[in-house]
Amino acid sequence: MSTTYRVVGRPLPRVDAMEQTTGQIRYADDVKLPGTLIGRQLRSTEAHAVITGIDTSRATALPGVKAVITGADLPTTYGILPVSQDENVLAIDRVRYVGEPVAAVAAIDAATAERALELIDVTYEPLDEVVTLDQALADDKPLIHGEGTGRNVHRSAALEFGDVDEGMAAADHIREDVFFFRGNTHAALETHAALASFSPVGKLTLWSSTQVPHYVHRTLERVLGLPAARIRVIATPSGGGFGGKTDPFSHELAAAKLSMLTGRPVKITLNREEVFYSHRGRHPVLMWIKTGFERDGRITAMHFKSFLDGGAYGSYGVATLYYTGALQTSTYRIPNYRFEGVRVFTNKPACGPKRGHGTPQPRFALEAQMDKAAADLGLDPVTIRLRNAVEPFSKTVNHLRITSCALSECLNEVAGASGFAEKHGRLPIGRGIGLAVSAYMSGAGLPIYWNDMPQSEVEVRVDRGGGVTVYSMAADVGQGSTSMLATVVAECLGLEPADLNMVTADTDLTPVDLGSYSSRVTFMAGNAAVEAAMKVRSRIIKAVADKLEADPGDLTLVDGRVAVEGDAESGLEWSEAVRLAIATEGPLSESGSYRAPELAGPYRGAGVGISPAYSYSAAVALIECDPDTGMVDVERIWVAHDIGKAINPLLAEGQVEGSVYMGLGEALYEEHAFRGGLHRGPSLLDYKIPTALEMPPIETILVESIDPEGPFGAKEAGQGPLLPVIPAIANAVHDAIGVRIDEVPITPDKVIAALRNAARGGPGRFGPEAVPEFEFDTPYRVEPPEGFTP
Amino acid sequence: MTEHVLPVEVNGETHRLLISDQRTLLEVLREDLGMTGTKHGCDLGECGACTVLLDNQPVLSCLVLARQAENRSVATIEGLAENGQPHELQTAFAELGAAQCGYCTPGMLLSARALLEDSPDPTAHEINQALAGNLCRCTGYTKIREAVQLAASRSPA
Repeated sequence: MSTTYRVVGRPLPRVDAMEQTTGQIRYADDVKLPGTLIGRQLRSTEAHAVITGIDTSRATALPGVKAVITGADLPTTYGILPVSQDENVLAIDRVRYVGEPVAAVAAIDAATAERALELIDVTYEPLDEVVTLDQALADDKPLIHGEGTGRNVHRSAALEFGDVDEGMAAADHIREDVFFFRGNTHAALETHAALASFSPVGKLTLWSSTQVPHYVHRTLERVLGLPAARIRVIATPSGGGFGGKTDPFSHELAAAKLSMLTGRPVKITLNREEVFYSHRGRHPVLMWIKTGFERDGRITAMHFKSFLDGGAYGSYGVATLYYTGALQTSTYRIPNYRFEGVRVFTNKPACGPKRGHGTPQPRFALEAQMDKAAADLGLDPVTIRLRNAVEPFSKTVNHLRITSCALSECLNEVAGASGFAEKHGRLPIGRGIGLAVSAYMSGAGLPIYWNDMPQSEVEVRVDRGGGVTVYSMAADVGQGSTSMLATVVAECLGLEPADLNMVTADTDLTPVDLGSYSSRVTFMAGNAAVEAAMKVRSRIIKAVADKLEADPGDLTLVDGRVAVEGDAESGLEWSEAVRLAIATEGPLSESGSYRAPELAGPYRGAGVGISPAYSYSAAVALIECDPDTGMVDVERIWVAHDIGKAINPLLAEGQVEGSVYMGLGEALYEEHAFRGGLHRGPSLLDYKIPTALEMPPIETILVESIDPEGPFGAKEAGQGPLLPVIPAIANAVHDAIGVRIDEVPITPDKVIAALRNAARGGPGRFGPEAVPEFEFDTPYRVEPPEGFTP
Repeated sequence: MTEHVLPVEVNGETHRLLISDQRTLLEVLREDLGMTGTKHGCDLGECGACTVLLDNQPVLSCLVLARQAENRSVATIEGLAENGQPHELQTAFAELGAAQCGYCTPGMLLSARALLEDSPDPTAHEINQALAGNLCRCTGYTKIREAVQLAASRSPA
């Protein structure tokens, strides 16, 4: 195929755009089945307590109530990671956070279901609450998982690559800084919803707003005890995910069980408050970072410690823990690197993966420290980053394989477009400009559960009328994965994306894709789709070449025709060619698959952070900060993103803009805040997300490095561009008013506190002073990869 | 629970519905009329996903009792296209990628339509003001603003 593409690279609308704009698209709560019962869940009012009794008799007796279940009805534990099977559908014996599901009912309507919840009598014997990091690390608090008292450590890690002591000894300048990233949440506009229907022949179908139908399928099998072959999961188009619909959830399993018990469809739609309790959002992370620099700004060594407040359950937390230490090396050449991290349990909703999964927190710390170090060394923020930038096609000290990499180009692009050099340090007091860079994975290198099978499979089937149907389990959560698949297949077959029929995210109909997480779909499902489509293409070309007695190499598929290259009139019309191919070799149905190469380094935890390719981003924020009120207004943001190749630049830009938006909200407004174990404001009125009035203009620059392994050279766009936005804003605040806010979100009270601190002769900083004393294990020493030269 | 017959015009068609008094317009649209194009994001008037037009004014249908719509006209996303022809706003939103997950889109489109009725050539600030009650978690509003401007530029003055 030629390298000039017909549809790849064109800014086309989503294939489902008109369904979206006419209200025809059906989300989970829009799916209706006759006789559907409404399910509701009773949630814990205690942050930490022993359940001493649950009496459901009054609820069961209420007319219109069809079933009531408690933890005892679903005793099998589950969890997204094989190492963290610590959740129950409904609490058994213990509750671990306010809002934890304790019982579930199915009734003829919502009012009856809600009345039934009021009639369930639960008695609790409260336990000491563990809500802060310090409490979790104390040894006299009750264990949240387990009996007795002790430290509530979920998991800790200690790794060393190269020799950090030696690297520090060689440094001309060493900085130590402490940062705190408060947690926040996804707040997708659509609340989670699931509709379960258990048929008379013993088959369960679940429609759910999920990013991961395959993992939900596996969890239903485990918890319900049904064979996988008798379970069908359909991921409906999702009204936003951002990582918040990437775990299997209690309401999905409860709806399924209630449908099995009643023989009727059961729908559970969470209300907004329940979504805040379901959470799985950004971990609060306290960080300590010590970095050695040479006089010219080159890093000699880094020691990074992170302390994660995980909430009550494991979720993705073991992975999150390692992610807080994995990608520091993906942007900067760090010759010696030590990472120590610990995740604790607390009596709050479980944290999990949110856009950027465990990497926005350390990226904030790292990029703020780079600016501080630059100032110490008399360098500018661009120079210190360029001096340390990783090279394309290199390896990092922690064994990440870097392929295409346009980090320096991204940095130069945003610096140029924003006039960074002319503005930095030169704007009047109250206005500032800040810069940061980042990298992100184009898909996790390993599946969540160990297996040797492909991470993504796609089928392409062509019918006798020439209609093409693409089958993939990839779930469109708004990122445009279905449009991406349509585009790459259309490119291969000489058709338009809108010509194709797309069947996605249905475990009965589509071959496995692991799900819409870790920015994996374009790279993995995209490659699988290309492979399937190219097999179809080859068969059609072969059939036509045989008939025309032409050389297959001379034939091409373009604009609905199979023609000799350069002669558009020659050959056969598409549907004729299809019939010829079916007549000669049978049904025209082909599959393709993708499995990432073996990338993991020789150490425990090496599975986290590896990816077949990394996207790179750089951002500049221009802000105003009022020293009297502490209010920060962002005037404009520039982002350059190395996407490899933009399969659809319109949708790619949308991903970048959405990432900037979400990063801006995290930088300035959003916090999942608690008072004791009680959420401070589980509503969109209290949890402030940016409106159209807060959002500044965004200038997006797509940089195309053409990754050798990506489909048409493509890499991810949905998560990476969030990462530099937060530190860019923090650095801009410093440029504007000369104080450092080392804690996110940067709220007016913190700005004022830092200014007052400066006025009193202090360092002009707001942020944590220290990290807890915690004895990590002796770091596991890993030799740098072969060919790594410090 | 008192019930009343509710005469209401939705997208130009008159319905007579038997509904209990405490039900919201959002519930009646989605459940009784099966018009699920109107979304719910919070049921507390915080997010704007349920925006519909009541006598051409944008309202949050989760905070409007269905009875308040008695003998009035309601416009929902299902009625935005006319005779199978999408509204300029719908086309512009599709063309410019102003919908990602699409969940806020129906409410956003109705707020935008009300804006363009009042102000056919809105400034950027007017657009931001008009849409500030409609939260979007995907787009950063960038392409939404562009789409409203594009639709305005294409609409006959």
